[in-house]
Amino acid sequence: MELLRFATAGSVDDGKSTLIGRLLFDSKSVFEDQIEAVERTSEQMGADYTNLALLTDGLRAEREQGITIDVAYRYFATPKRKFIVADTPGHTQYTRNMVTGASTADLALILVDVRKGITEQTKRHAFISTLLGIPHLVLCINKMDLVGYEKEAFDSIRSEFADFAAKLQIHDLVVIPISALHGDNVVDRSLNMQWYGGASLLHHLEEVHIGSDRNLIDPRFPIQYVLRPQRDDYHDYRGYAGTVASGSFRIGDEVLILPSGFSSTIVEINGPQGPLQEAYPPLSVAMRFSEEYDISRGDMICRSGNQPKVAQGVDAMICWFTPDSFLESKRKLVIKHSTNSTRCLVEELIYRLDINTLHREELVDRLTMNEIGRVKLRTMKPLMFDAYKENRSTGAFILIDENTHDTVGAGMILGSTD
Amino acid sequence: MNYEVTHLDALESEAIYVMREVKAEFERPVLLCSGGKDSLVMVHIAQKAFSPCKLPFPIMHIDTGLNFPEVIDFRDKLEEKFNCRLLVASVQESIDKGRIKEEVGPTASRNRLQIVTLLDAIGENRFDAVFGGARRDEEKSRAKERFFSFRDEFGQWDPKAQRPELWNLYNGKHRQGEHFRIFPISNWTELDVWRYVERENIELPPIYYAHKRKVFERDGMLLAADHVQHSSEEEIFSAMVRYRTLGDANITGAVLSAATSIEQIINEVSSTRLTERGATRADDRVSDAAMEDRKVEGYF
Ligand SMILES: Nc1nc2c(ncn2[C@@H]2O[C@H](COP(=O)(O)OP(=O)(O)OP(=O)(O)O)[C@@H](O)[C@H]2O)c(=O)[nH]1
Ligand SMILES: [Mg+2]
Repeated sequence: MELLRFATAGSVDDGKSTLIGRLLFDSKSVFEDQIEAVERTSEQMGADYTNLALLTDGLRAEREQGITIDVAYRYFATPKRKFIVADTPGHTQYTRNMVTGASTADLALILVDVRKGITEQTKRHAFISTLLGIPHLVLCINKMDLVGYEKEAFDSIRSEFADFAAKLQIHDLVVIPISALHGDNVVDRSLNMQWYGGASLLHHLEEVHIGSDRNLIDPRFPIQYVLRPQRDDYHDYRGYAGTVASGSFRIGDEVLILPSGFSSTIVEINGPQGPLQEAYPPLSVAMRFSEEYDISRGDMICRSGNQPKVAQGVDAMICWFTPDSFLESKRKLVIKHSTNSTRCLVEELIYRLDINTLHREELVDRLTMNEIGRVKLRTMKPLMFDAYKENRSTGAFILIDENTHDTVGAGMILGSTD
Repeated sequence: MNYEVTHLDALESEAIYVMREVKAEFERPVLLCSGGKDSLVMVHIAQKAFSPCKLPFPIMHIDTGLNFPEVIDFRDKLEEKFNCRLLVASVQESIDKGRIKEEVGPTASRNRLQIVTLLDAIGENRFDAVFGGARRDEEKSRAKERFFSFRDEFGQWDPKAQRPELWNLYNGKHRQGEHFRIFPISNWTELDVWRYVERENIELPPIYYAHKRKVFERDGMLLAADHVQHSSEEEIFSAMVRYRTLGDANITGAVLSAATSIEQIINEVSSTRLTERGATRADDRVSDAAMEDRKVEGYF
């Protein structure tokens, strides 16, 4: 059965957690003890209805404050598909947690409160979703019950979003009027909005075409770990373990080892189920090669006719996460890319994006928390990478503060500056 | 050639990737094994991740002294079965040494006490990465966990300030005394675990399968009469039961079941209307945030 991973997005209080609760409840994916616990808690909190947001807002602090703080992952299935849901926070302070949940999603559900309209945070989340390369977006215009289920209110938000979205690269956008609280158009089509001719949200989630986002073209195998058994019967054995990032590898293939540039031939592939003829994403395997050069963690196996860039100059979009420091030129950070870690220097902040207008502000000297910009980085040792839009695995990286050890930024590579 | 990968294959490869990442980036990992299905699945996958090498880290069991004897029997065979090093940290020893005091009262258990034993063992052995078999679908605070979950020098989890975790790029940087809990099977559901146990033919303690047992009912749960103190009003009867989770014998409930094979268990789990912890764990019923509170202090 096909798997769809989706994440919620949108401003605080626009109804993301309520929607996920409703989706789980109406699709009968909630267990009796879970719903009883949620009923009990709703009552204790003095609500006059069962607060379905409590199905995902599971932390004490979230319940006290009535907001989502960190991503909750939920799993459910219908006869048509399996789903992994990441319910993310809308609060600006926790944008990094939204990015966490969205980074592995195939589809983003962007919620808007029909009374409040598109906010800066809606735009930020929509932009981040496109930056992360999430191929499908669904705009859920929520709380339709509070505007009498009127078509006009829906139309006005839809066109407001369309104006903004025109500046983004969105390949697939669907807009659905819903009431997360009452369940309109969530699992079943709503009788309150006869003017809406489209599918319910769940129906759309079950039917949306998800051609796999795996890249099966460009062979990339980052070496993660070298297996060297200390056993006589495996004397001289060296297995190069890793997870295929993209493309495929067959026994007998002549491959190129980067950064050394040596060539070798694959003589053995061992998968979790035993020997394989061919390995492809996302399988974790161990390979053996005919010639044993010095190959170690961080090296990249590819083909001579299809190689990643090998460079120390990286041009990338960055999301900055931390309130404790800035991203500014001359700053040194640790970069983790694929199975490689090295230090890097921020050479230049090329521009910062104004989230409201998507205007590029060039005369800025820093990114502060939740800001997005384009930078040039210089890494201490060369990285082997592809552009993020061609290869999510070899085009993504994180930035780590050397002193606090925090993950302070995420990067999506545009290309090399060398 | 079609490049299809089943859901279980994808989950298995994800777990292998996480384990190798840990071995490559940490000095002293350890794998916690309760003897339950999730830990045993983890051990099974760890074997694959490093084959043909020996398991490159030890397995550790936190012995509460109140485990089911069937689980202890099973644990004692692990070392030989997997050709690995097994460490046992004992709650009773922590009590004897005066590190902790036995709880009293009607909800007393050794559940919380194990936190001290666990953290002491982590400190004494200087473990910096501790594999656990927790799954996000188990419980609402576990639903918030990262794959790499940071613990400060007191072993505490701060759910309000977790590190961002993007794609599969894990940040395991830490100082001496801090450690990480690592959850390779985060994305597995109970059903995924059983389907994997079936596919891989993984041996589990026998009490996961239906067996006859003397039980009595308390708070809607069936407790084992041999392991739990009961009053004269609590009527004891014999029933076919099985365990869905294996916690301490005094706080873990059994469910009525005729499922003696994995296939039958899979059918049962597919149609159940109760979560595994909801159906079987008295420790989570104490309060709504019981698990979160324990986790903050350093629980599994
Ligand atoms: N009337 C009405 N209220 C709704 C609807 N959806 C959500 N709400 C209410 O809006 C409030 C916020 O809902 P949440 O689901 O917690 O919002 P959220 O988007 O998850 O918020 P954060 O996660 O903190 O960003 C709650 O009081 C909900 O009951 C709706 O369709 N109609
Ligand atoms: Mg929420």
